[in-house]
Amino acid sequence: MKVLLRNPKRELDVPGPLRVSALLERLEVNRESVLVIKGDTLVTGDALLTDDDTVEVRPVISGGA
Amino acid sequence: MKCRRCKAPAVIEIRRHNAAFCPPCFEHHCMEQVRKAIEQFKMIDTAERILVAVSGGKDSLALWDMLLDMGYDADGLYLGLGIGDYSSESARYTRAFADRRGAKLVEVDIPAEFGFDIPTAAEVTRRVPCSACGLSKRHLFNKAALDGGYDVVATGHNLDDEAAVLFGNVLRWQTEYLGRQLPVLPAAHGFPRKVKPLVRLAERETAAWCVLRGIDYQVEECPNAEGNKHLGYKAALNEIEDASPGSKHAFYFGFLDKASGHFTPESEAEKETLRPCTGCGAPTTGEELCAFCKLVARVAKAGA
Repeated sequence: MKVLLRNPKRELDVPGPLRVSALLERLEVNRESVLVIKGDTLVTGDALLTDDDTVEVRPVISGGA
Repeated sequence: MKCRRCKAPAVIEIRRHNAAFCPPCFEHHCMEQVRKAIEQFKMIDTAERILVAVSGGKDSLALWDMLLDMGYDADGLYLGLGIGDYSSESARYTRAFADRRGAKLVEVDIPAEFGFDIPTAAEVTRRVPCSACGLSKRHLFNKAALDGGYDVVATGHNLDDEAAVLFGNVLRWQTEYLGRQLPVLPAAHGFPRKVKPLVRLAERETAAWCVLRGIDYQVEECPNAEGNKHLGYKAALNEIEDASPGSKHAFYFGFLDKASGHFTPESEAEKETLRPCTGCGAPTTGEELCAFCKLVARVAKAGA
């Protein structure tokens, strides 16, 4: 599957099938700090991703206060 | 995973509520949390005019969107900070949202109106950019609200923001800041009331609101924020939250409920000494110029 990441913007190829929660673990990303976006919607941790999928792992943490 | 309310397939899991939601039920959840915060802290009366401080980011656009959906009379205020491409992009997202909602957007461009930008102000004052940025925002939000006859300024501070600020203030026992870290600051002495209706929502939820509502927002972080303390505190709190969901909520709301009353909101003596700034008329504790007018003068003097 194609995984789009930010800060910096980059693209990774990750072999599927893989659950979203396992993908985040593999990327060493805290699940509280991102959304996983597939198409125009979001997917939960138990969703199964396959080789044909493209997902964005979008950070949600802002630095201003 | 199924939606807790309607059992349809869920798109987002919120571990601190032990819940997952489908898109319509997630919108319902967010609106309920914001309504609850507004009611609990008596933030806004239905007939009041609100000025929403918007940056083009997820929090402020989600807040404006929700307040409009709730039927509030809410205009937006955008400040052009002059931070290169970051500012141009943020203005574009903000204007696009205002157009889409047919909402009124008030714009103040700091470089055009005051002759400096945030990076230059940081250079001249030899302080971090967030310092000049925060000072300018506070001053110009107050001014725009009073000039426009608004009853209240609403900002997009969310649960993560408030928990991170609280964490930083507790780490160093900054009691003067702890005393005023409240979801509502009442109007007083020439300052408008300020409210934070998103304090019951985590920033993951405000981002999800924007994605699910099709609101384009600025995802990229402000270049000046990179590596700042606030982001470090958020990362630390998210580690704790991951291991123990609900920790951020318990930390912040426990503080409001059990501890904030032990700190003085702001010294009453200080308020008594407020006088009008000789430059702009805004209330200040200074002898002549307020902090913002001093900043403008300092940058002008440096010829920047």
